[in-house]
Amino acid sequence: MVPTDTAISVNGLEKSFKDLKVLKKIDFKVKKGSIFALLGPNGAGKTTTIKILSTLLKPDKGNARVSGFDVIIQSDQVRGEISLTGQYAAVDEILTGRENLQMIGKLRHLSDVNKKAEELLARFDLLDAADRPVSTYSGGMRRRLDLAMSLLGSPSVIFLDEPTTGLDPQSRLTMWEIIKNLKDSGITVFLTTQHLEEADQLADRIAILNDGKIVAKGSAAELKKMLPHGHIELKFSDEKDLQSVGNLLADYETNLNKEIRTLVIVTDGSIKQMTDILKQLETAEVDITEFTQKPPTLEDVFLSIISKKEGK
Amino acid sequence: MEVIKKHFFSDISVMLGRSMRHIFRSMDTIITVTIMPIAMMLLFVYVLGGAIQTGTDNYVNYLLPGIMLISIANGIGYVSFRLFTDLQQGIFDRFHSMPIARSAPLWGHVLTSLVSNAISVVVIILVALIMGFHSSAGVLSWLAVVCILALFTLALTWIAVIAALSAKSVDGASVVAYPLHLLPLISSAFVPTKSMPSAVRAFTENQPVTSIVETIRALLLGQPVGNDIWIALAWCVGIMLVAYFFAMRTYKKRL
Ligand SMILES: Nc1ncnc2c1ncn2[C@@H]1O[C@H](COP(=O)(O)OP(=O)(O)O)[C@@H](O)[C@H]1O
Ligand SMILES: [Mg+2]
Repeated sequence: MVPTDTAISVNGLEKSFKDLKVLKKIDFKVKKGSIFALLGPNGAGKTTTIKILSTLLKPDKGNARVSGFDVIIQSDQVRGEISLTGQYAAVDEILTGRENLQMIGKLRHLSDVNKKAEELLARFDLLDAADRPVSTYSGGMRRRLDLAMSLLGSPSVIFLDEPTTGLDPQSRLTMWEIIKNLKDSGITVFLTTQHLEEADQLADRIAILNDGKIVAKGSAAELKKMLPHGHIELKFSDEKDLQSVGNLLADYETNLNKEIRTLVIVTDGSIKQMTDILKQLETAEVDITEFTQKPPTLEDVFLSIISKKEGK
Repeated sequence: MEVIKKHFFSDISVMLGRSMRHIFRSMDTIITVTIMPIAMMLLFVYVLGGAIQTGTDNYVNYLLPGIMLISIANGIGYVSFRLFTDLQQGIFDRFHSMPIARSAPLWGHVLTSLVSNAISVVVIILVALIMGFHSSAGVLSWLAVVCILALFTLALTWIAVIAALSAKSVDGASVVAYPLHLLPLISSAFVPTKSMPSAVRAFTENQPVTSIVETIRALLLGQPVGNDIWIALAWCVGIMLVAYFFAMRTYKKRL
């Protein structure tokens, strides 16, 4: 029996499209009232996972429960508990924002559809645009409307598939605020993202999905301990300088790209290493046009986690 | 679940309201399904009509059944266009993740097709009345006409559904409309088949639209319908059942 404080539990989930294995036995649990992020690159299987959990796709093997209901056997009950905000805003372009909300409200058989629509329009800052067709909305407005539609009918679990992909930085921050507020109102949020920073900002727990497998899970702090400490990127005006610095820093793990005359040096982020590198650069007397220190990227996380797993 | 069954019809009517708004906000659709057929009726009656020998004194009476079928056939491409766009834009995913019947969004489109065609047919009949159309048909005959038109609409609608469900692009979804546009033109809708070359005549006399046109015309003019009505019904019901079967199979497989 699933403990009552679990909103979603997934066991040994597998899914293939013809010969393509998309999900290879994934397991995770999401606590009620928390924000859970499924982090992974394009094609990892995030949308497929969301589609299975929101009863749009049937898994080949394994099982999943949402709010205690089995997604296959009790799909109607599951649909009564959830709301889905898909990867591409599922709004009606021809209707106005208000009409979109009213339509969903009626399909949810709410008693005071007009009032609820008005409230949500106000809450998501869409009152001014309420009576314009959605085709005139910006990407951020569409996303907000999409989410507002998902909130009608008070779902207990909400699925957000890449809620900020394609948004400008300002709209992204607004979306983050909204998502944090959802959690405050007691809703369990399951979101997917390609960005480590987003998962870090929002999620209580993160699972990293790569190539259909969960390669790591834990809180942001726990995951960060597993990360390499980023890298330094140097740009040169002269290819000879690039080559000589490459040779000079042979003790470090480096990546030399002649085409863009860039040298990437992987560091552990310690002062000792940084000083050492800077000293060596000074003695080399080369012309460096750009010096940047990069935080770890999702790519680094995957590489490090996967190489650790493979015992490299 | 009981609740879902209970709300089936109200859910479909919400879907209907939505697609009807799509239609009323699309000038293109209104022109193709209502204005074009009316323009054609005007053209045939006032420009070409004098030269066409139909054996009736009133050419509008002769033409009206064919014009109604053209209007319905013209609307079919839009049915599959609307369904295809819904599938593409993910709004079906939203509906399917909600506690409503899986088939409700699809039935919404089918009902929209029926209702919107009924509206344009009524508008066309009103214009025809102004142009001098008159009918001696009683209530029963009108009822029969309504039934045949509804069956014809449903048969074409389910074909449109198959096209939308299996198409890879918008163009692919709408292409189903083109042969359907042609069928009424190569029938006895405008001129009697007697005047056609024998090869064309063989085709026209045996394609569904001719028997449907003949039946409706006879019913409206209070003439004996003969065998045509059974042939017309057999075509409509036959196509409708086969198309429905394949459409539902594709729908279940896809979603
Ligand atoms: N309906 C489908 N048919 C065939 N392949 C699919 C289908 N849906 C997704 N895929 C494939 O499954 C893999 C995972 O897709 P998806 O779950 O959408 O990844 P993500 O959302 O993480 O980008 C991709 O390689 C994608 O091409
Ligand atoms: Mg995706």
